[in-house]
Amino acid sequence: MISTHDISGPYAHQKTSIRRTMALVMVALLPATLFNLWVFGWPAINLLVLTLAASLATEAGCLALAGKRLPLFLGDGSVVLTGWLLAMSLPPWAPWWIAVLGGVVSVALGKHVFGGLGQNVFNPAMVGRVALLISFPLPMTMYVAPRPLFGAGSPGFVEGLSITFGGWDYDALSAASTLGHVKTELARGVALDQAMGGTDLMALAMGTVPGSMGETSAVLLLLGGLFLIARRVISWHIPVSMLGALFALATLMHWVDPARFPGGLYHLVTGAAVLGAFFIATDLVTSPVTPPGQLVYGAGIGILTYVIRTWAGFPEGIAFAVLLMNAMTPLIDRWVRPRVYGRTLRGEPLPPRRKA
Amino acid sequence: MKLFRIRGGIHPEYRKEMTAGKAIEPLPMPALLHLPLQQHIGAPAVPVVAAGDRVRKGQLLARARGEISAPVHASTSGRVVDILPFAAPHPSGLPQPTILLEPDGLDEWTDLPPPLDPFAAPREEIARRVAECGVVGMGGGTFPSAVKLDLGRKFPIDVLVINGAECEPYLTCDDRLMRERTAEVVDGVRIMARALGVERIVIAIEKNKPEALAAMTAESAAFAEIAVVPLPTRYPMGSERHLVTALTGRETPARKLTADIGVVVHNIATARAVHHAVRLGRPLISRVVTVSGRAVREQKNLDVPLGTLVSQLIEFCGGLAEPPVHYLSGGPMMGQAMPGREVPVVKGTSGILALTAAEAHERDTMPCIRCGGCVTACPCGLVPVEMAQMIRHEKLDAAARIGLLDCLNCGSCAYVCPAHIPLVQYFNYGKGRLAALQRDRRKQEMTKRLAEQRAERVERLDRERKAKLAAAKKAAAEKQEGGA
Repeated sequence: MISTHDISGPYAHQKTSIRRTMALVMVALLPATLFNLWVFGWPAINLLVLTLAASLATEAGCLALAGKRLPLFLGDGSVVLTGWLLAMSLPPWAPWWIAVLGGVVSVALGKHVFGGLGQNVFNPAMVGRVALLISFPLPMTMYVAPRPLFGAGSPGFVEGLSITFGGWDYDALSAASTLGHVKTELARGVALDQAMGGTDLMALAMGTVPGSMGETSAVLLLLGGLFLIARRVISWHIPVSMLGALFALATLMHWVDPARFPGGLYHLVTGAAVLGAFFIATDLVTSPVTPPGQLVYGAGIGILTYVIRTWAGFPEGIAFAVLLMNAMTPLIDRWVRPRVYGRTLRGEPLPPRRKA
Repeated sequence: MKLFRIRGGIHPEYRKEMTAGKAIEPLPMPALLHLPLQQHIGAPAVPVVAAGDRVRKGQLLARARGEISAPVHASTSGRVVDILPFAAPHPSGLPQPTILLEPDGLDEWTDLPPPLDPFAAPREEIARRVAECGVVGMGGGTFPSAVKLDLGRKFPIDVLVINGAECEPYLTCDDRLMRERTAEVVDGVRIMARALGVERIVIAIEKNKPEALAAMTAESAAFAEIAVVPLPTRYPMGSERHLVTALTGRETPARKLTADIGVVVHNIATARAVHHAVRLGRPLISRVVTVSGRAVREQKNLDVPLGTLVSQLIEFCGGLAEPPVHYLSGGPMMGQAMPGREVPVVKGTSGILALTAAEAHERDTMPCIRCGGCVTACPCGLVPVEMAQMIRHEKLDAAARIGLLDCLNCGSCAYVCPAHIPLVQYFNYGKGRLAALQRDRRKQEMTKRLAEQRAERVERLDRERKAKLAAAKKAAAEKQEGGA
């Protein structure tokens, strides 16, 4: 029998899928997440579960509205990752409505308004975080000091529920994040060495400090990031250029005036720098597709982060920096391209070879 | 030898182990041969026999027509049954004129042209003999080899590259030829260098063929002009342009040939065919084909008379172990899907693959997540994700501006895509549409020009007629005046 064939080759494909890509990112996030859930206890666990549930529910609703195949898209893992990353960027003891609102805003406004998977211009998790931060600055900056699970001072399961749902006031227990503390002190006119008096870079790197639910453990996040690079889920370009630009700028300013500007290492281990560099800025959908473009994009995020942290009103600037550079991504993709084989960078055919 | 860096590429699962250890076996002569008149790029051949004619093995059945064409010869002795349209090994399944030859079982050779001493005969004589014997690029390109051997007269060629990369998964026919017919291949290579007038020959072989590398190195040791170079195993190492860049550091400018930068590339099986043509006067009437894929019961390397049906190869290999999702001619990356098993083996058929669903690993297409995997994989420095987007929106000129026509269809992008987007399908569609648009545009211009010419002509005739009329009137008036 003669039949026609309806599709071009290749007729062999790598055993890969979107689901697998997303799963690898989750595996990479796992160590830091588990560590921080332990550090911040039951309220943090509640927060993660609620954010994931809200994100998944929103995704299902949006997919149904759009008439897309629910099992195929809900199972691709992208929404779980969005919810997960959003939860990691929230204060660990934040109340339930922060989690739910964040999930809804991230998935509905950050992703599906643009047309769903792969279509969004901005990083959905950061859209959620920034919307919450601007709308509810107080609960979004209520950090607590670490209270490891099952240890003294850690809220039990019931207590945890009352923190998450009951509006139990933990103001008395709250503590400032390092970035916030140093910034406030500097603004009061306190000299840098005094403002940073209690700052222990080692504790910052390990993550036993007040901060967002999943941002504090720089070391574990770095391990996860290196895993992603080794598995070729992400390339080194964005993390290196982003952290490199942040480090270089901070080092330069520290050298200009050591009394006012903390050094490069401080900027790398505080806040969301490492999480941002390996997991947020590298979001596949919203970052440039070419390696040179990724270098430009990463460096832009590093520079903007430093500028916002140092001179703007917010102590942390990663989320803003990422969103601003997300907006630049289409332009970067347009301007920065690899050289085509047989052509010059401008796209003209190479000049003919002169006779040897 | 120092190799130069080329960008992109992939490491597919090669699956060559199924046939790499299998020695070439001759396929028994089938009961009927189907020889298409077009087994090459260029104009189809013109039959010189008619139904009922008795022919002998190697006899000319159809002659080349024009510069870019190739003749077709009888794969064995027998009787021409008919010349009729028959399905070609092409995805369209469209029939094309095919000579049906019924073997008589005698396998009796015709009077072959006398052997040629390539190192005594004039250079043009070699190309002429290669053309006469119907040799075409046997890697799948099927460009008439004689034309490429004549390039030395038009371009200053200084290197002949012999492509033994065999970078397509599954295929092992060149590997086996290099191991089993080493002397013939190397002799063919030297003859081609002589035809081209080049002093430097590079035989490039991927490192995943250590036996072939060893055999070819040993055989070439006696000839100082030949360098056998191991290549890293990476697809598409065997792409002509990329191979030349890796070996010489020279980059072929867009829309040009490798000959423009002084290099001609020929394939391993072609070299052997040239040896047969020149030294023995034998035309190209059989070739080695890798029959593989897990849907086939016993994978083999077969020496097949041209014109044998694919179904007969599969039958000789023990039939099917399970129903395949694809029958392919060539490798899985750039090979063509065939419309079925009842199509003939032709000069460019390097492999016959019957792939199972598990091997092909085809999945539902998902939305692009802009992972950039295609950009990293592209050996040409293109941005496949963007080209596909533009083609989806029918922005063909925009896609062409960012390099659609520089794409070589290697399929690396589609191979790595986690969203399983059929990128090459988009590119083929885009290229086809562009070609059609260009044809339309030319046609329109032609129509416009003809219409303009017609209008002009009509006007001129009208003018002439009026002038004549006026002149006649004037003459009549004058006459009247004169008469008055």
